[in-house]
Amino acid sequence: MAEFFHMGGYAFFVWSSYAAAFLVVAALVWQSVADYRRQVRLAEELEKAAGGRVRRPSRAESGEKP
Amino acid sequence: MADMNRISAAQRFHAYANPARFMALSARLLAPLWGLSLLVVGAGLWFALFDSPPDYQQGETVRIMYVHVPAAWLAMFGYSVMAVASAAGLVFRHPLSDLCAKSAAPIGAAFTFLALLTGSLWGKPMWGTWWEWDARMTSVLILFFLYLGYIALWATIEEPARAARAAAVLALVGAINIPIIRYSVVWWNTLHQPASVFRMDGPTIAPAMLLPLALMGIGLTLLFVALLLVRMRAEVMRRRVRNLRLAQAASAGEA
Repeated sequence: MAEFFHMGGYAFFVWSSYAAAFLVVAALVWQSVADYRRQVRLAEELEKAAGGRVRRPSRAESGEKP
Repeated sequence: MADMNRISAAQRFHAYANPARFMALSARLLAPLWGLSLLVVGAGLWFALFDSPPDYQQGETVRIMYVHVPAAWLAMFGYSVMAVASAAGLVFRHPLSDLCAKSAAPIGAAFTFLALLTGSLWGKPMWGTWWEWDARMTSVLILFFLYLGYIALWATIEEPARAARAAAVLALVGAINIPIIRYSVVWWNTLHQPASVFRMDGPTIAPAMLLPLALMGIGLTLLFVALLLVRMRAEVMRRRVRNLRLAQAASAGEA
């Protein structure tokens, strides 16, 4: 077991690489998911605040035929 | 009459139907993607750390390869996704392609950083130096700065359509760097070793080392795709938030 952690004398270089990889990937996942949740919450709040008052563009404006 | 109907259908396709379909599809794909990437990376880590031999020249430091090479591969893959999506955004004006390019950038930048860092941690014990201005390392450092420039450009331009166009042009100009990175070890006399996996004459790496490398590569690529989807979903929602705020400001102005 000690031999495994020792990595033939290269413990610092090997374990630093794996630790850095773990930290970078964990930070990416955390930040991406947190940002997504924040945007969903903001959209829900805005939709609720509008309370259906958000006016859809009229058919004439959007160029859509009835 | 028929023409007008077709135009409105096309508009709806761009403005609504496609992001909605993307949201539905990505929601279904995400759970299996997270699970599968965790599984494959886990298996890769097992072989990388416990069940693969030390190198006859590099000893145990060869285990750095199993994070360094996939990180470098994803650094280039991320930029390729960004460049292709940028080109599609410029040509087809499809809103999702802009969002895809924007979402790929921070993931690619993170893996480029990881490739540089682990390369440095591998270079010190094996080459005796943390850094050398050879063609491979310099071109990857340029890749990192291209990512940062691209992200900064998106952050500086307020209007999304204009930001997308400017960033897309930068991404496409910078794409010239990708073949330079790939062939830097062939064209120049570099300290960095040449390719040993993706070669015309097949891999020259030992099978016992190829297995953990392939697992880590595939697993982290799956993770990349999952991250890309989450970030694209966040961008779709960000656009929705922006539109809601604009509508709110407009109706406040009317009152």
